[in-house]
Amino acid sequence: MLGVAVREEPWIFALSVVGSALFAAATVGSAFVIGQVTGRVIVPSFREGRTTAGTLALAAAAIIGVSVLKVVGMIGRRLGAGVMQFRLQASYRRRVTRQYLRLPLSWHHRHSTGELLSNANSDVEATWYPIAPFPFAVGTIVMIFIAGAALVATDPVLALVGFCVFPAVFAVNVVYSRRMSPRMTRAQQLRGEVSAVAHESFDGALVVKTMGREAEETARFRVVAEELRDALVAVGRVRGLFDPVMEALPNLGTLLVLLVGSVRLSSGAVSVADVVSVAYLFTVLAFPVRAIGWVLGELPRSVVGWDRVQRVLTAGGSMPYGSAALPGGGAAAALAVEGASFAYAEAPVLHDVSFDVAPGRTLALVGPTGSGKSTLAGLLVRLVDPTGGRVLVDDVDVRLLPAGALADSVALVPQTTFVFDDTVRGNVTLGADIDDAEVWRGLRLAQAERFVAALPQGLDTRVGERGTTLSGGQRQRLALARALVRSPRLLVLDDATSSVDASVEGAILRGVRDAPFPSTVVVIAYRRATISLADEVIYLEQGRVVARGRHEVLLTTTPGYRHLVTAYEQAERDRVLAAEGEVVA
Amino acid sequence: MTMTDRARADRASADTGPGDATTANEPDSTWRTLVRGLQLTPELRTGIGRTLLLALVATAGRVVVPVAVQQTIDRGLRAGAGPRISVVASLIAAAGVVVVITAAAAYAMNVRLYRTSETALAALRTRAFRHVHDLSMLHQQAERRGSLVSRVTSDVDQISNFVQFGGILVVVSLGQFVLASVLMFVYSWQLALLVYACFLPLAFAIRHFQRRLAAAYSVVRRRVGDMLGGISESVVGAQVIRAHAIEARTGERVDRAIAANFRAQVRAQRISVLTFSAGEIVAGLANAAVVVVGVLLGIGGHLSAGRLTAFLFLVTLFVQPVQIATEVLNEAQNAIAGWRRVLGVLDTPPDVADPAAGGRELPQGRELPQGRELLQGRELPQGPLAARFDHVSFSYPGGPEVLHDVDLEIAPRARVAVVGETGSGKTTFAKLLTRLMDPTTGMVLISGVPLTEVRFDSLRRRVVMVPQDGFLFDSTVGDNVRYGRPEASDDDVRLAFIELGLLDWVESLSEGLATPVGERGESLSVGERQLVAVARAYLADPDLLVLDEATSAVDPATEVRLQRALDSLTRGRTTLAIAHRLSTAESADEVIVVDAGRVVQRGPHRELVAVPGVYAALHASWMSQTRSG
Repeated sequence: MLGVAVREEPWIFALSVVGSALFAAATVGSAFVIGQVTGRVIVPSFREGRTTAGTLALAAAAIIGVSVLKVVGMIGRRLGAGVMQFRLQASYRRRVTRQYLRLPLSWHHRHSTGELLSNANSDVEATWYPIAPFPFAVGTIVMIFIAGAALVATDPVLALVGFCVFPAVFAVNVVYSRRMSPRMTRAQQLRGEVSAVAHESFDGALVVKTMGREAEETARFRVVAEELRDALVAVGRVRGLFDPVMEALPNLGTLLVLLVGSVRLSSGAVSVADVVSVAYLFTVLAFPVRAIGWVLGELPRSVVGWDRVQRVLTAGGSMPYGSAALPGGGAAAALAVEGASFAYAEAPVLHDVSFDVAPGRTLALVGPTGSGKSTLAGLLVRLVDPTGGRVLVDDVDVRLLPAGALADSVALVPQTTFVFDDTVRGNVTLGADIDDAEVWRGLRLAQAERFVAALPQGLDTRVGERGTTLSGGQRQRLALARALVRSPRLLVLDDATSSVDASVEGAILRGVRDAPFPSTVVVIAYRRATISLADEVIYLEQGRVVARGRHEVLLTTTPGYRHLVTAYEQAERDRVLAAEGEVVA
Repeated sequence: MTMTDRARADRASADTGPGDATTANEPDSTWRTLVRGLQLTPELRTGIGRTLLLALVATAGRVVVPVAVQQTIDRGLRAGAGPRISVVASLIAAAGVVVVITAAAAYAMNVRLYRTSETALAALRTRAFRHVHDLSMLHQQAERRGSLVSRVTSDVDQISNFVQFGGILVVVSLGQFVLASVLMFVYSWQLALLVYACFLPLAFAIRHFQRRLAAAYSVVRRRVGDMLGGISESVVGAQVIRAHAIEARTGERVDRAIAANFRAQVRAQRISVLTFSAGEIVAGLANAAVVVVGVLLGIGGHLSAGRLTAFLFLVTLFVQPVQIATEVLNEAQNAIAGWRRVLGVLDTPPDVADPAAGGRELPQGRELPQGRELLQGRELPQGPLAARFDHVSFSYPGGPEVLHDVDLEIAPRARVAVVGETGSGKTTFAKLLTRLMDPTTGMVLISGVPLTEVRFDSLRRRVVMVPQDGFLFDSTVGDNVRYGRPEASDDDVRLAFIELGLLDWVESLSEGLATPVGERGESLSVGERQLVAVARAYLADPDLLVLDEATSAVDPATEVRLQRALDSLTRGRTTLAIAHRLSTAESADEVIVVDAGRVVQRGPHRELVAVPGVYAALHASWMSQTRSG
């Protein structure tokens, strides 16, 4: 993973490592400058009671010089490391979202929304989080080597102290990261659970409220929140021990240096300057050595994040596209479904469905709740590919068309509508080059003209997440306009007017039928007026085509169909009969 | 509807912009937020005295080394006749003991701090969670759900980060700063003043940088919100994006948001680096000045060599807290923002309050001598429930009135249908009756008891609404039906389906009652979800059942069957159905016709349909839609 980072951002990585190394060298250097200043300037001048301006200036210049180097190194490291981390995060977020846009809907169905969002957000963040302190850690290692070399050069016996302390620092770091990994992983996992419970509970707030289950929901949340608390306290125990130990080690090292240094000083092997500089060295090292622990401690989280991001990036099964061209021109499309089957996971939804629709004709798909109508609608516009059989538009298998070609000719208005966080205009055009006159024409056809005109800024009114709230019926009409403005040659309406009133629905359907563009229409509906506009009806039951024909014919030949579409009349007749029965009785 | 809900719900953005209830108010000052936060999280203050004491001891460990250096040089190494090893050895041993003790104190302090803060924040999380559920529907609007989730997750995490990372650092750094200052003044007040003189300009510079940094980070937070919004569109809008082949456009939108976030992050980083560098440069300058002036002072006999050397160590200790302060302030900025948002939720009064809530907040075992009944609310009377709207008007905050002076009574056991065009105010009717909202003026009473006085546990047990969006929890069909009555057995659930005439449907599912419904019930079709939602309400066995277009996506045959089952089984139960399809109205005892927020007609279907009016027109349109052809 670090290798990936280095490969992808070699220059910035180099900058931050060079910066770190410079910082490290300057840090060790500063200890020696302090030592030398003590030994050569402070001690002699105190002993002799005098000094020269030149000596003092030199000492000051050395101290300032080395801190300038330190700062330059630090700027390089921190800017480099920060930019590298942010750039990698941005780059992986782009890749992950591109992958979301590329992968087929069937893949989306297998993953929860929350999971996909955290892949693109917190997992990417966790993956590259240790990248920022990484050059620092590299620099620290460089620093320790330079310090070791400097120690040996100063005095082999003092160096021995260092060689006791440095390995101890490493050992503590390794122990820390070992103990930390499982605890961090657990805490991370519980964070996800807390978030999932909150998401679901707030999403279902209406149900929670209407059923009066607030206390139980809170209890459910408290369980995970307290598990998370325990996990975080466990993390805290390890970190709470690590920090003081890592602070005490260099301090004890400094004290040891003072002791050993005094002994060596008395035997004349080292000077005061040497002792002071080694002691100072340990002081300035105290902080950076902890960075190693930070990197090691974050690694498990990072690895988990990386794995999850990789799962998205390496997910296969993108929709294959071909290079066939649709003939057609401006004419309505011909549609044929040949032996199409479909299953979600292991649950079969459609079995061997076949039918065709001639250009310009209207087909109604009718069937009871859960019979597979919406799934079939998805197949027609290639939201998903059938597990068996094929879908042909203008005699071309839709899988052979290049990406985007089908959408130029066909449009689906789904049962549940999605409104983008954008203006009304943006929601209708979806970025296509469509002028306002055409947008209004689409809105008019969808019977949305009136309410849009009444919005405070008309077409420029922001709707969606951060904009004006639209009612269910208004959303549906907006989605309808979005489809109609594209003058589709094949229009698929999946119960697309369920939230609008009967009279409005009638107006919409007449508008669609009389639209100025020639279009083949497939409509999923329950209302008889809607169905009767169709030239032909396909009746589905449990994913199978049970009957096909004209509405009037199916009414007489297919009992299930008759039962379904005349349910309201039947209910009323029963009521009337019952009422008459009462009267008679 | 559900798709957009998902989009919103999954926005874990920190700030959701102007529409956000919790950011709409003028932001409190940082100090007020902290004080208020501590007030609302009393657990955070538990044992704070001992923790601070431990912190003080821990801080002492930081100055052991400079003191040891000074002592060793002045008393051990330069004391007259060369080094005295025994003095040095005992000095070092004492210092070593102090280092170990202070490390132990630091450990104890850390553990206390982690335990206290995590316990406090878990409680805060849970309290905020409960409070979100207590807020009325107005605050729980789908638009805000995503940000409500982050109130109990990432916002609390930010406080936790700050308390543990920043809190320790602030306490220890402050101690270190004070101790280093004291020691500096003890060793040489002249040099101490010199160091202060060097750092004074830095203090001002840091204030300036801090302000810019705060601005930069608030831009980052906004950009993160935008970015998450963009990403969530590409996930939640997957179907529309594919249907219209706008992958490229969506991708570009997301790219722009990601790039803007990147730029904001780099900008903040640059300011942060500058701030940190300034501290380092000043430290170098201070050290150089200390050496020059110190040597001159030493020559004058005002300073020992050990003290001067120790001073150089002290300057390092002095500069660290100043540098760390800038880092901590960044964290603090985030934490304060998080805290402010959590407080924003907690401080939003539930405008629809449970009259029994006062009792819930009381510590257990404490009795209320007076006004007890009022605090605990009233129970609904036994038996079938009647409802009364007493001159009720309603308007959404800042919006026009949507219901005007509704005054009507619904008899016990009546089956009432409310009909009207989209946007006529029918759903508002249902929400007022179930007290999801309170009327702006007027009063809703159930069996003579004003709704505002009814305890929620009584209200929710007796009055149940089935909303149009049949939300299901990610569990099995059976568990979802059991939601309102967790003690119900599988047989009870099965019986409910049998009575509703839905057994065929359940049996057609791959695993019957044990069939998982998926996230938000999305493994089932929209109509199937509604069937489960109706069964759920049916099993809860309320005395007043409110159906808000509860079967709008169900096929007519199933709907009629369901309707009939509900009718035959609702003897003794009052039912109010908000009807989108007029079939419901035809079989109701009474129809209430709502038009533009007013009740314009009432009466049985047969009477209403016979007179020209709103209902007759609606019915004619309905007939032409369902019967023709």
